[in-house]
Amino acid sequence: MNKSLKMILVLTIITVISGVVLSYWDNFTRPIINEHKTSKLNKLILEILPENNSIEEMKLGEYNLYVGKKDGEIVGIAFKAEGGGYSDIISLIVGMSPDFSKITSLKILSQVETPGLGTKIVDDPSNENPTWFTDQFKNLKIDPEIIYVKNAKPTKENEIQAITGATISSKSVVNLLNTNISKVKKLYIEK
Amino acid sequence: MSKKKVTLIQEFLKGIWKENPILISLLGLCPTLAVTVSAENGLAMGLAATFVVISSSIIVSMLRKIIPSEVRIASFIVIIATFVTIADRFLAAYFPDISSSLGPFIPLIIVNCMILGRQEAFASKNGIGRSFLDAFGVGLGFTLVLVLLGTIRELFGSGTIFGIQVMWDSFHPWAVMILPPGAFLALGLMIGASNWLNELGEKK
Repeated sequence: MNKSLKMILVLTIITVISGVVLSYWDNFTRPIINEHKTSKLNKLILEILPENNSIEEMKLGEYNLYVGKKDGEIVGIAFKAEGGGYSDIISLIVGMSPDFSKITSLKILSQVETPGLGTKIVDDPSNENPTWFTDQFKNLKIDPEIIYVKNAKPTKENEIQAITGATISSKSVVNLLNTNISKVKKLYIEK
Repeated sequence: MSKKKVTLIQEFLKGIWKENPILISLLGLCPTLAVTVSAENGLAMGLAATFVVISSSIIVSMLRKIIPSEVRIASFIVIIATFVTIADRFLAAYFPDISSSLGPFIPLIIVNCMILGRQEAFASKNGIGRSFLDAFGVGLGFTLVLVLLGTIRELFGSGTIFGIQVMWDSFHPWAVMILPPGAFLALGLMIGASNWLNELGEKK
C-alpha cells in the first residue's frame, strides 16, 4: 500500500475510534457531572435564602437571579457572580436584601486559589471559625461600596478584613462583589 | 539492555526503583510539583496517570505493527488523550471534590512526558504482556513518589496526612511547603536521598 495513504488511513481510523469512544463516555458521564453542579448550586442557594417559602428563578441580562419570597413578599435576592482571582476564576453566590442595601450572605461556589493561603476565603483551619472570611459579609452595607482593610479590625459598616498573606484573593472577592452588585442592582431597578 | 535477559518480574520492578520516572528519569515533573500539596491529591494524580499509561501501553503495543513510524507520535498522543479524557470525566462524575482540587492537571496528563516516553521507548517495541508490566511498574513508581511527596508536604505544610491531624496542636504549619518552593525543596531532598541510597548500594 502507498505509504502516505497508509499514514492517513491509520491516523484517521484511530481518531474516529477515539471520537466514538469519547462521545459515548461523555453521554454517560455528562448527566452525572451536571447533577453535581446543580445540586451544589441549589444547596448553596437554600443556605443563602433560608427563610423562604418559594424561590423563583429570573433571568436578568447575563445573570440568573434567585428571588426568595415569603407570603408573596420578596425577602432576599441571590445571584451567582464570577471573576478572576489570584490563580483562576472565583465563582460565588451572594444573597442581597431586597433593596440591595446590604449583603445577607456569601458563599464561594468554586475557586482554585493557593492552597493554605487563598483557600482561606472558603476554609481557614487556623482560625476558630473556619469560615470567618465569608461570615464577615453577613449584613455588610454597600455604601457606596465594600472596602477591605489589612491587618486591622474593620471599623465601618462597609469594611471587611483581608486575609493576611492572601490580599489578592481577598481583594478579588471584594472587587467581584462591588462590580457585580452594582450591575445587578442597576438592571434590577431598571426593570 | 537485551530483551531476552530481562525477566518479567524485572520488567515490572524496574519502574518502581531502578528506572523510577520521577526520581531517576526526572520525567513528568510538572504535575509532580504542582499537585502534591496533599497526599490525597498525589494519590489521585498517580492513579489517574497509572490508568492512562497502562491503557495506552496496551493499545499502542497492540497497534505497534500497524502504526507507520512517521505518524507514531501523533497516534500515541491521540490514544493517550482519549484515555486522559476518560479519566478526567470519570473523576468529575464520581469524585467531584478531587476533580476540582486537581483542576487542569488531569487534562494535562496528556503532555506528561513519562507517558509518551513509555510508548516511544517500550510499548511500541514490545509485546502486550511486557508492555503492561512495564507500564504498571512505571505507574506504580510514579504514584508512590507522588504520594510520598504529597505526604511530606501536607505533613509540614498543613500538619495533616490524608486530611487527618497528626502534628501536635501548637505546631505552626510551614506555609512554604504547600507553595511551589516547597515542592522543589521536598523533591530535591527526595532525589538526593534516592541517589545517596543508590550509591550506598553500589559500594557494597
